[in-house]
Amino acid sequence: MQTTNQSRLNALLIPTLSILLGFIFGALLMLLFGYNPIDAYEAMLMGVFNSPYFMGEAMRQATVLTFTGLGFAIAFKAGFFNIGIAGQLLAGWVAAIWVALSFPDLPRIVLLTLSIGAAIIAGAVWAGIAGALRAYFGTSEVIVTIMLNYTALHLTNYIIRNVLTTGNTTDRVGENADLSVGWLTELTQGSRINMGLFIAIIVVILYWVFMTQMTAGFEVRAVGLNPDASTYAGMSAERNIILSMLISGGLAGLGGAVHGLGTFGNLFTQSGLPSLGFNGIAVALLGLGNPIGIFFSSILFGVLDVGAGFMPNRAGVPDEMADIVIAAIIFFVGANYIIRVALDKMRSSKTAEKGGE
Amino acid sequence: MAQAEKVIEMKGITKKFGEFKANDNIHLNVRKGEIHALLGENGAGKSTLMNILSGLLEPTSGEIYVNGKEEKIDSPEKANQLGIGMVHQHFMLVDKFTVAENIMLGKEKHTYGFMDDQGAEKDVKELSERYGLTVDPSARIEDISVGMQQRAEILKTLFRGADILIFDEPTGVLTPQEIDELMDIMKKLTDEGKSIILITHKLDEIKKVADRCTVIRRGKSIDTVDVKETSQQELADMMVGRSVSFKVDKEASKPQGPVLEIKNLTVKESRGLEAVKGIDLDVKAGEVLGIAGVDGNGQSELIQAITGLTKVESGTIKLAGQDITGKKPRQITETGLGHIPEDRHRHGLVLPMKLEENMSLQQYYQEPFSKNGFLKHNKIKEYAKKLIKEFDVRTQSEESTAASLSGGNQQKAIIAREISRDPALLIAAQPTRGLDVGAIEYIHKRLIEQRDNGKAVLLMSYELDEVMNVSDRIAVMYDGKIIAIVNADETTENELGLLMAGVPLEKAKQELANKDMKARTAGAAGNTETAVEDGKERETVANDESK
Amino acid sequence: MNIVSLLQLIVSSSLVYAAPLIFTALGGTFSERSGVVNIGLEGIMVMGAFMSAIFNLMFYSTFGAMTPWLGLLAGGLIGILFSLIHAVATINLRADHIVSGTVINLAAPALAVFLTRAIYGAAQTGPLARSFGFADIFLLEKIPVIGPIFFQNTSGPAYLGILTAVIAWVVLFKTRFGLRLRSVGEHPHAAETLGINVYLMKYAGVMISGFLGGIGGAIQAQAIHNEFGILTVAGQGFIAMAAMIFGKWNPLGAMAAAIFFGFAQSLARIGNYIPIIQDIPGVWLQVLPYLLTIIILVGVVGRSVAPKDLGNTFVKSK
Repeated sequence: MQTTNQSRLNALLIPTLSILLGFIFGALLMLLFGYNPIDAYEAMLMGVFNSPYFMGEAMRQATVLTFTGLGFAIAFKAGFFNIGIAGQLLAGWVAAIWVALSFPDLPRIVLLTLSIGAAIIAGAVWAGIAGALRAYFGTSEVIVTIMLNYTALHLTNYIIRNVLTTGNTTDRVGENADLSVGWLTELTQGSRINMGLFIAIIVVILYWVFMTQMTAGFEVRAVGLNPDASTYAGMSAERNIILSMLISGGLAGLGGAVHGLGTFGNLFTQSGLPSLGFNGIAVALLGLGNPIGIFFSSILFGVLDVGAGFMPNRAGVPDEMADIVIAAIIFFVGANYIIRVALDKMRSSKTAEKGGE
Repeated sequence: MAQAEKVIEMKGITKKFGEFKANDNIHLNVRKGEIHALLGENGAGKSTLMNILSGLLEPTSGEIYVNGKEEKIDSPEKANQLGIGMVHQHFMLVDKFTVAENIMLGKEKHTYGFMDDQGAEKDVKELSERYGLTVDPSARIEDISVGMQQRAEILKTLFRGADILIFDEPTGVLTPQEIDELMDIMKKLTDEGKSIILITHKLDEIKKVADRCTVIRRGKSIDTVDVKETSQQELADMMVGRSVSFKVDKEASKPQGPVLEIKNLTVKESRGLEAVKGIDLDVKAGEVLGIAGVDGNGQSELIQAITGLTKVESGTIKLAGQDITGKKPRQITETGLGHIPEDRHRHGLVLPMKLEENMSLQQYYQEPFSKNGFLKHNKIKEYAKKLIKEFDVRTQSEESTAASLSGGNQQKAIIAREISRDPALLIAAQPTRGLDVGAIEYIHKRLIEQRDNGKAVLLMSYELDEVMNVSDRIAVMYDGKIIAIVNADETTENELGLLMAGVPLEKAKQELANKDMKARTAGAAGNTETAVEDGKERETVANDESK
Repeated sequence: MNIVSLLQLIVSSSLVYAAPLIFTALGGTFSERSGVVNIGLEGIMVMGAFMSAIFNLMFYSTFGAMTPWLGLLAGGLIGILFSLIHAVATINLRADHIVSGTVINLAAPALAVFLTRAIYGAAQTGPLARSFGFADIFLLEKIPVIGPIFFQNTSGPAYLGILTAVIAWVVLFKTRFGLRLRSVGEHPHAAETLGINVYLMKYAGVMISGFLGGIGGAIQAQAIHNEFGILTVAGQGFIAMAAMIFGKWNPLGAMAAAIFFGFAQSLARIGNYIPIIQDIPGVWLQVLPYLLTIIILVGVVGRSVAPKDLGNTFVKSK
């Protein structure tokens, strides 16, 4: 059996090696098509790191990804695949903009709190539907959340075109719904980074406290790992399933609010589901479900996302390459069995599997 | 007797899993037409050895000779080709398929790839008649009895032309009568020239039916003996390596008032049928009440109803004077219930969690383990450490995951957790399943201790020995009802066996009295095959007379 | 319009939208019957759509009217290739089935658009050279009353799909291969002890699902969208999975469910022609297939129907 130290080391090595292997895979693919991977990666990374503006943008992206990543992670810990993060993010976005546009004259703190609060509730409810169906009917949340994603997409577009405005884009929210923070914007030479970053850091800490220090978090984990034993121990499997989905959706909704109010300041019709939702899944998997890991993973993904835009101009590589690298990284995280086997072999301690009878 | 040919010879078989030696230089030989028992405790290495023989595993070193020729058995197909067939302990049957489909799987009767269902069923019928193994070829596995399922397993091997059959712990799920039927089948097979290897840890079965026995202990072969010339005690000592006492030392019980009162309880199982059909039952303080019966007669549902895991259709359950019918598990636990669940991995522990977290699984929400919704980790750790020490749970630390413990230690951890809460009623369901003799002794001791401390203990087990040794009173469940309640020291295994098979108490007593008479008269005439052993008899008397 | 034309419109629209779903749902059936959850079929459809679009544009001059049909093959082949990734990950590398499927769903659109840009310099391919259009089914169209409704001006691929469903049913339930495949999804260890190569069977199941899923994507591109872009496959793979579950993992049931979902989806397009329905705001019709899927999943399906060992990782005993 592995010692605790070995498994802690693995927890660090697996994501690191996966990232490396993902980049290598991307490089090989680029070589195959005649692109220069060194140029591409250099363009991507240097483009971001050399510019305070793009660093700011990357951190802004990372902020939203942290929320969606944590959202996916908590559901995952409770034993679910909440693939509906994208739809819940949309729900939050719509709610936040709707409230902000409806009450533009409220004092800033009040309006922001209301808007963000509405977003959290919207996301929570959207996810809660899937949670309730799973808790009471045993319906697989995988398909339900995916269906709700597309429902949210169509509803969002409908609401924009028929309720919030008549065209495809809503008005911008007023300055009382402004999330930006003067000195941050200055520091990053006008990027859209905003106080969402601080909210994210606070949420990361709260998440950690919830999962490790509180009885409620203990229950969520237990139910996710073994619903039968947890029921016997007196926990309500239904309540915890629904609770974890509510929190999960709420976090995604919060991400939607920060994205809506902070990145754009308005809402516009979507042609597809926001990739921030699915990349949140990737962030959570790479961070191995750990809040600190998720935070740093989201920074990596933010850099990749923003840096991708440099590749077409500076290296002639389509910016989809970043998504491919991301997918490759996640592949290696998911298939980490092969990494673990390699690591164990390198440690040259033979794996002692359970003996038979 | 002339030297019978050796159909199987395993020489110097060693199998390593990493550093761990599951089999260490084992020697085994099986003669044609014999029933050769393979005796050993859980984890001794019997199944590994047989998995090697049946082609599922390859040995690290050693040779295997089949009919005198050295062979490399590198796949189940190869084993089949050599005439070796395995009847598994946990049936390898696909529930949704029919008997015929299961038997044919891998060697299907077909025309150009399209299956010939009718032809297959005909073939199966022929085969079953030839060996006297009754099955319904078109029935689905999930619809037939355990006994028929086992016969299907046996037919699978015969269909592939097995001459050497390996039976892996075949009697775990059978009533004593079904076990006798199985023994008949085994004798018939050897009469037809087949050879049988019987893996078991049940000494009385070895005495009943085996010719020779090889004892395995901790991966090594200890000795091969002639069963007729070896006593059960000797076999047990070889198996364990030290003197084993069978009887649990205990004083007479001093029962007081009832702690658990069940009246007219009806419980439905998952498909909507009644599993518990209106039973009355009491467990008193200071006694151990054992529930005996074959798996599937309502015992599991009964316990799940008491512990609040399943809905109660009708009836009442009172614990320590309070009505707990239909209440939630936590309320029932708080009223004074401890439960060692039948399936420790499913209900007893959250395996990926740390041991210390598992130790507080029932109480984490109460002080001192938590306050205002926040866990107090140091208190949880302290408690876990205390329990580990007191109950001698072998583990690296309280931070190790529950999954890293051995089965015996996992069970000890659960027992530690439940007993330490000092519950008025302790329910132990199959508490020693899959554990070695040392752990079994320990657990029985602790159960008796609870009872001596004036608590009530409800023991449910499918192992008749355990129920008889530990209980003060025994309630037998059959078909969802309590068919009889007897005193442990006034009953015999035969009586319990008949009760477990549904024979009402009066009739059971009568039958046993009759058989006793017949045995004495027939024994005097000297032409029967009665084997009288510790007062147990076989039903070959009737068969013999009809031949 | 008269009742016959109306019925013809409904039937043919339903079949057009159902065709990709039929094939993909059949694919899912094979994969899950062998015990492997393949939620990555969405991504495989994307790759199938992409490949068929490329093939269509590049080879129209060579094959003319046959091009879309051959495009199906192209889609199927790329589907097999992509499904191999999922197979290796879940069967040999012991990855969680849903994680692996999600990886494919992340990777496929990115890869496809990447390649589209690399080849065509834009994020979509532009209109295809030849799409499926409407077909009249040989002979059957001549049957009075039923003929015009069901067999005229309809979707050729859909009828191919129905035929495939029947073949799939026969293979799954009446052949040796099907029996062994199903045994692997129900009780792999039992199959192993009987000498069946469990890994091989699972590979077969996944690769068949890749082939059929790729064909589904190819139909999506060549019959419905008439181009390939990021929006060509938008959730169809998931709806196909729902059809498979609704059909209780039986090819004929999956086909029927797929046709039903095709009908639901077609309402958004043709609803205007149907009395009553034309008064419902468009958004409800758009959302209908998705909500319907949820309702059906909740109400109809008993979980005990799924293959017993579905989603579990099988490890050989050696």
